[in-house]
Amino acid sequence: MFTRLLLPETSGEKQVTLIFEGRKLSAREGDSLAAALLANGLTACRTTPVSGSPRAPYCMMGVCFECLMDVEGIPNVQACQVPVHDGMKVRRQQGARSLDS
Amino acid sequence: MTPHDLVILGAGPAGMAAAITAAKYGIRPVVIDEQPTPGGQIYRSVESTPILDPKVLGEDYWDGKSLVEALRDGTIDYRPGTSVWQLTPQRKIGSLQGDSVSMLHARYVILATGAMERPFPIPGWTLPGVMTAGSAQILLKSSGVIPESPVVLAGSGPLLLLLAVQYLRAGVPIAALLETTSRGQYRQALPWLPKALRNLATLTKGLGLINELRQSGVRHVRNVSALHAEGDSSLNRVSWQCEGSREWQQLETSNLLLHQGVVPNTQMTRALGCHHNWDSRQLAWHPRRDDWLVTDIENIAVAGDSGGIIGAAASALEGRLAGLGAAIALGNINNSDASIRSEEKKVRRQLDKETSVRPFLDILYRPAAKWRLPINDTIVCRCEEVRAGEIREIAAMGCQGPNQAKSFTRCGMGPCQGRMCGLTVSEILSDANQQSMEETGYYRLRPPLKPITLGQLAKASENKK
Repeated sequence: MFTRLLLPETSGEKQVTLIFEGRKLSAREGDSLAAALLANGLTACRTTPVSGSPRAPYCMMGVCFECLMDVEGIPNVQACQVPVHDGMKVRRQQGARSLDS
Repeated sequence: MTPHDLVILGAGPAGMAAAITAAKYGIRPVVIDEQPTPGGQIYRSVESTPILDPKVLGEDYWDGKSLVEALRDGTIDYRPGTSVWQLTPQRKIGSLQGDSVSMLHARYVILATGAMERPFPIPGWTLPGVMTAGSAQILLKSSGVIPESPVVLAGSGPLLLLLAVQYLRAGVPIAALLETTSRGQYRQALPWLPKALRNLATLTKGLGLINELRQSGVRHVRNVSALHAEGDSSLNRVSWQCEGSREWQQLETSNLLLHQGVVPNTQMTRALGCHHNWDSRQLAWHPRRDDWLVTDIENIAVAGDSGGIIGAAASALEGRLAGLGAAIALGNINNSDASIRSEEKKVRRQLDKETSVRPFLDILYRPAAKWRLPINDTIVCRCEEVRAGEIREIAAMGCQGPNQAKSFTRCGMGPCQGRMCGLTVSEILSDANQQSMEETGYYRLRPPLKPITLGQLAKASENKK
């Protein structure tokens, strides 16, 4: 589980709100989606297509593909590579992406 | 398609330095980078980090600012947030930014795709709560995000020690640092120390980190010989054994950060079909390069850690050399010109000095076989959930190489395209079949190198019309 470091000089920073499975979460502008979700206490971002086991972001730099999520209705998005924006809608990805999405 | 003179992939120290050098000689390079801001992983978020106290991340991090400022000065066509899903030997580049696909053609290409952390397959490494030290450092630098409860750091290498010190400076509690470097490695590295002394500055910084750790009083366990991550749906505890003891020790924690060095990210050079040599000192594949860092493929060069691990300062120097090489090959400058020759000599001399510390560090922190060849029950291919035992079984059935292993087990065929298991699978096969890594080989990689939908691809062909 992660949290945010309490920092003295960051009060001027802009906050954005994202919608995680219908729930409002706040994030710092400039966060990657994966960082914002981890900071909000998310433990798993998807389940695997093979065994259905839960997975979480692992490398945070775009090489492990563990943080695949459904972003704005588009599946298989690497959450560590996408910056958050206000109103961004995100869901966990369960198993393999489906063909109709 | 009008060709661009120079396209550089990656905006870390090597890519930025290459672009700045080329721009100095009248070239307007295109720099394509996946991250939203420049700096690569080492200088990640250097323009925007919320960690403003310069002591926390350290002066080496803030050194990246000058490269980033030069990259932004307007003479370079910098394209952030853009992934490359194809690069052909004819230097045609397919890129994707958001939903928009574009095809570029380049007369000269410099690959500066950097390093990634070496896979660290231990039992339980796929559990949520287990991440890499590098990923935790990215969270710290880019968002000020830190582990909530006392964290366990495990493995070896400079980055692990650096992260521990950065956490201590930031006031992040560390439950334990478990080091997998064995006693014997200090002795093995010793013959390389005299050469390493040529780069005294780097050695001194390293010793400073070790000293800072010691003075902090953080629990530092050495000679760890076995390591497990345990939990049901996420990490609950870490257990370990030390050399010479059969006793298992345990710590309850929800965060384990693993690290055992970095290796070149060779995804691009592999997809191009470049020849790679196995470097037995760095235990990694290096693309074959000439004196100007050019691969087997005409006008495609590799600079920085993606050609072999040399660190940030040396990567910037290789970037300068590659930029100079590009300007010569493109005819912007003449290498018989005395000023160009003296610039080349100067860069090569600095590079030689900077990298003199490498053999010492490589040997000191070289992960032992047990950390690279996991026990049978351990998952090696995270995407397809293939275990080490399955790879050994198919080797016993006669499977010689990793490409055949794909058809037997699907290892390396998931979304990461073998990035996380390629080294491990080849090393297990090489060990099981008692054949060299060169004979064993590596996965054949094909585009798309990054996820792209059919819809996006279709738009690319529309754009061409």
